[in-house]
Amino acid sequence: MPAMTMIQALNSALDVMLAKDPDVLVFGEDIGYFGGVFRVTEGLQKKHGQTRCFDSPIGEAGLVAAAIGMGAYGLRPVVEIQFADYIYPAYDQIVSEAARIRYRSAGEFHVPLTIRTPYGGGIYGGQTHSQSPEALFTHVTGLKTVIPSNPYDAKGLLISAIEDDDPVIFLEPKRLYNGPFDGHHDKAVTPWAKHKASEVPEGHYAVPLGKAATARAGSAVTVLTYGTMVHVAIAAAEETGIDAEVVDLRTLMPVDIDAIVRSVQKTGRCVVAHEATLTSGFGAELCALVQEHCFWHLEAPIQRVAGWDTPYPHAFEWDYFPGPKRLADGLKRALEN
Amino acid sequence: MRNRSTLSLRIPQPKQRPGDKPDFSAIAIPPAGALERPATDASHRDLIPYAYSMIRVLNDDHKAVGAWNPRLDPAALIKGLRDMVLTRAFDDRMVRVQRQGKISFYVKSTGEEATAVAFAHALEKDDMCFPSYRQQGFLIARGCPLIQMMCQCFSNARDPMKGRQLPVLYSFREFGYFTISGNLGTQAPQAVGWAMASAYKSDDRIAVSFIGEGTTAEGDFHHALNFAAVYRAPVILNVVNNQWAISSFSGMAGGDETTFASRAIGYGLPGLRVDGNDFLAVYAAAQWAAERARSNHGATVIELFTYRAEGHSTSDDPSRYRPSDEWRAWPLGDPIERLKNHLIAIGAWSEKQHQALIEEAVTLVRETQRETESIGTLADGSRAPMPTMFEDVLAEMPWHIAQQKKMAGA
Repeated sequence: MPAMTMIQALNSALDVMLAKDPDVLVFGEDIGYFGGVFRVTEGLQKKHGQTRCFDSPIGEAGLVAAAIGMGAYGLRPVVEIQFADYIYPAYDQIVSEAARIRYRSAGEFHVPLTIRTPYGGGIYGGQTHSQSPEALFTHVTGLKTVIPSNPYDAKGLLISAIEDDDPVIFLEPKRLYNGPFDGHHDKAVTPWAKHKASEVPEGHYAVPLGKAATARAGSAVTVLTYGTMVHVAIAAAEETGIDAEVVDLRTLMPVDIDAIVRSVQKTGRCVVAHEATLTSGFGAELCALVQEHCFWHLEAPIQRVAGWDTPYPHAFEWDYFPGPKRLADGLKRALEN
Repeated sequence: MRNRSTLSLRIPQPKQRPGDKPDFSAIAIPPAGALERPATDASHRDLIPYAYSMIRVLNDDHKAVGAWNPRLDPAALIKGLRDMVLTRAFDDRMVRVQRQGKISFYVKSTGEEATAVAFAHALEKDDMCFPSYRQQGFLIARGCPLIQMMCQCFSNARDPMKGRQLPVLYSFREFGYFTISGNLGTQAPQAVGWAMASAYKSDDRIAVSFIGEGTTAEGDFHHALNFAAVYRAPVILNVVNNQWAISSFSGMAGGDETTFASRAIGYGLPGLRVDGNDFLAVYAAAQWAAERARSNHGATVIELFTYRAEGHSTSDDPSRYRPSDEWRAWPLGDPIERLKNHLIAIGAWSEKQHQALIEEAVTLVRETQRETESIGTLADGSRAPMPTMFEDVLAEMPWHIAQQKKMAGA
């Protein structure tokens, strides 16, 4: 089985789906001839043709709207927003349209649309190349929100997203594109090839939406997380010696409540971790769910480790990013009492 | 002291306000038949005059004149007249129903019937319409049963939208009528995407969108024109310029400095400005743009120049911001009267037949209302079963919505 980076795995997912289904179309800014600013669509136009994979004008609202129209026609469009930080111009089309069309038309029309977009920090991206806007989408009823943390899941989840009949916001942690990252910015980055999850089948396979994965089994405390923070959480567990169970949610909406309950009822303690800003972040929803479903099993207050409630800064990258040190502190707090 | 003048901010204002005498003398109305009908593969550059003039077919003597005359036979004209009369009767009845408290809200299209009905007649049945909330005439012209439309407005047990949508925000896939959104302008670039899909699939269907002139100020209008031009999408992008966006006159959308059709030029698209109260002119322009789109020559922007004769909606009182009798002074008249007079002028119609047609339409609508009310109204508790409220959010109901459904007692 070939070792793939997350970029190659995503590319492979698109390649597989373009070959499998003539109704799949891929478009976005710079993704055609050039192959995308992150190379995720490299070679696809040449292989599948200009009308299957093409460039779009710089107009996020326009390209999402066009994809919605295509979805209403019966195609299965996959669009790329170059950075999640630039998805806001399309927010009206996503929230008011894509997410609502099935409901408001009583099922007459639906939009099998996938919106791929690189998100997250840890790359000195500053304010507009680092954001984690997932809570803006998990709050929108009618959308599914998916975030992979490794190449195997990235391909399998993207195939599932494309095959899904609902609009899916597919957030790709760009910090993980070329290799796993545990928050230790001062250490050399390891490539994906040395990671087990880089073994990616070449053909079609699916990782189901709505199902979490146990990234690290443990018994002392549950960490509910996703994206880059999965690797940070594993590092924090190893470095502190705290036997944390790291649950990689993979799909944020609809979230795998059974996996959450199973783990927290076992450990009795919970830390919620994400890069996004704290207040009203997706972590707040996770805390509420854990409190509601696991109240009598909880032995300590649920801890949240998240980005500070500030715009994502440039020079203060590592003061801002919730790295292994901050996560370790969170684990320790969860073990108090 | 600097020897420079100071700046001043312009806030566009309509020429007349309540109490003023209506005056449309500033609007240039070219004579009917003055414009040539260009080839449908003409370059947008050669079509620039069409964005500033006005395509008109019916003249003051009620005759159809000039190259744009679509030469419809009397039966087709009578069908057009019938659909417009029916649309008006439906609108009138629904406002009465709203005033009686039987429905919560309604939006009339009075005075704009030709823009929607003539378009529906000029297109093929399987072309897809992305309407705004004021194209009920299009739906009626496509043969959508009035009972289905009325049940939607009543949100009753047979509402095809299951009580989820505000009245008039229809969705009728069967009649090529895309689900209407309350968010303005979103449908225009969606229509472009639908048209791109049709082209991608080597289909022969085209898309048409309708937005009002006020909505052209939304960013989605820009996206629609740009994407349509870039991908040469087989789409017709209509701007129904009825002069008013609720209380804002068209100048607030930028219309007092230029025409809305002229917006097309900068995008490399043809823009046609059409007498929106002239059924034949609307039909001819739609036919031209459809032929252009179907021949792979791309999109057309059409400004349908008309007047919103009534309030914006049942929640609006236009006498608070414009002369109440303005419509009577509107230089392009009433689309129904004009087509009626044309049919009479060519000897295919009479006042008596017209009165009979109106009575027939009023009776049909009244009987439909009776039938709709026998199914039920929102006020008397008739509606889709409550648990259906939780359906269709996603293709399959996720666990948390299923849990909420249970909590709601369903």
